[in-house]
Amino acid sequence: MIGLFDSSILGIENLSYVFPGEEKEKSIFQHVSLDVKPGEFVSIIGSSGSGKSTLFRLIAGLLEPTSGQIWINGQLSDKRLGKVGYMPQKDLLLPWRTVIDNVSLPLELTKENKKQKLTEIKEWLSRFGLSGYENAYPHELSGGMKQRVAFLRTMMTGKELLLLDEPFGALDSLTKRNMHSWLLELWGELQKTVLFITHDLEEAILLSDRIYLLPGRNKPFIQEVNVDLPRPRNSELIYQSEFIGMRKELEWLIRDER
Amino acid sequence: MMKGKVKKWASDYGLFLLVILALLSIWEWVVEKGFIPSFILPSPTAIWKSLVENEQILLQVHLPATLEEVLIGFFLSIIGGVFLGVAMHFSRILEKILYPFLVISQTIPLIAISPIFIMWFGYSIWSKIAVTILTAFFPIVVSTYDGLKAGGNEYQELLLTMGANRFHIFKKVQIPMALPNFLSGLKMSVVYCVVGATIGEWLGASEGLGYFSRRMSGNLQADAVFAAIFLLSLLGIVLFLIISLLEKLLLKNKLR
Ligand SMILES: Nc1ncnc2c1ncn2[C@@H]1O[C@H](COP(=O)(O)OP(=O)(O)OP(=O)(O)O)[C@@H](O)[C@H]1O
Ligand SMILES: [Mg+2]
Repeated sequence: MIGLFDSSILGIENLSYVFPGEEKEKSIFQHVSLDVKPGEFVSIIGSSGSGKSTLFRLIAGLLEPTSGQIWINGQLSDKRLGKVGYMPQKDLLLPWRTVIDNVSLPLELTKENKKQKLTEIKEWLSRFGLSGYENAYPHELSGGMKQRVAFLRTMMTGKELLLLDEPFGALDSLTKRNMHSWLLELWGELQKTVLFITHDLEEAILLSDRIYLLPGRNKPFIQEVNVDLPRPRNSELIYQSEFIGMRKELEWLIRDER
Repeated sequence: MMKGKVKKWASDYGLFLLVILALLSIWEWVVEKGFIPSFILPSPTAIWKSLVENEQILLQVHLPATLEEVLIGFFLSIIGGVFLGVAMHFSRILEKILYPFLVISQTIPLIAISPIFIMWFGYSIWSKIAVTILTAFFPIVVSTYDGLKAGGNEYQELLLTMGANRFHIFKKVQIPMALPNFLSGLKMSVVYCVVGATIGEWLGASEGLGYFSRRMSGNLQADAVFAAIFLLSLLGIVLFLIISLLEKLLLKNKLR
């Protein structure tokens, strides 16, 4: 067993999760295995209720697996809280804090010097298209901006692996398109590893190096698809034939799944 | 700008003022015409006259005395109430022990227990403060405790994934989330303080608006009794407004 996920930043082996219930227990998924290498962008696709968010809560350490193992940085991890950056499905910005105070929240929890990092934060804010909004409160921001603030806050945890749970799920398609261009542009310099939940096939192909399809009703196992599109990418990619081919393949896999 | 403010003020309070004015006029008229004898219900103008007559002693002796009891009682209630509320939040055992006692403390008839305070603390200010605290600390404990329980579970989980400990969560999520509830408790409590101090003075005091009103009722001077009552409710209103203002300042950006 030792050394199985040596080169992986995240390894999941035979993971099953059953929600403990009073009357009947509820099995969410069974025997899920996957791994993520440093620097990868990996998407997870699955129908609503297939347990994507639950998987993230397991990885982040908010839930304990019923069976199976989770390895982080090549180590079997029991105490996972505080080891990965987790961006939940809702933005969960603290409404009583300004943008800059929300973003620097992770720094207050570790013993890092917030003041020293302030210039760095300011720079990131401008790179995230948020300059001028440092002192705004969350209710004064648009949906896309809130998502970016939440994303930046997740980055500020300083963790290498980021779990992003449908970060663009609630955005209209135009805003989403802009966020894609922005993220693709930024990706080279972020130097992070991302595990990304989405419903949107186009989004998954455009952004990812690999895609996992969570088990569905007819296919009780996890499927993996490689996205061999060269980087750096831009959002124009979606009109190219390779992209459309990928998309067809993925749709076929998913349809088969149902 | 100024005009808009006046307009808003008028639309907020205009109706209320109109009704008050109407009620006062009817009251004055009813007493004037002799439908109700003035030693039972004095007219508003008589009350005002008595207020002016007794102005010196009311404003320089009795009001400050009551205010002192209220403020000390309120201050001690806040300290004790917050302490108990937080302690109950952190310890399930304390919660289980204390909650029933808290509820019982509120079901004891104040009038019955106050003589005991007099027995313990004599006619000093502390007997009055004890009654004040007994009425005022309950809303503070409950609002602190309930406020700290007030949800925010998702925020707490998020902080946990960032490696936060219990103290971080308390400071960065639970306290800010408890604040609205806590401030509502403060508003209630400060009004109760005035009630508590008055009752305390009724039972044995040598100064204060409650003492004054009781002495005057002994003398069958209804107008002076009402003058003291008027000052007491004014005191309650002013204290309430001060806390409301504080609430507005603190919650300016927390309302959403
Ligand atoms: N606390 C809970 N107790 C019991 N069942 C739960 C609990 N939380 C979630 N579930 C169930 O677990 C299943 C998976 O939920 P999860 O939120 O992981 O789905 P998801 O794939 O993220 O869905 P979506 O795409 O809609 O976000 C759902 O059927 C849900 O009803
Ligand atoms: Mg989900």
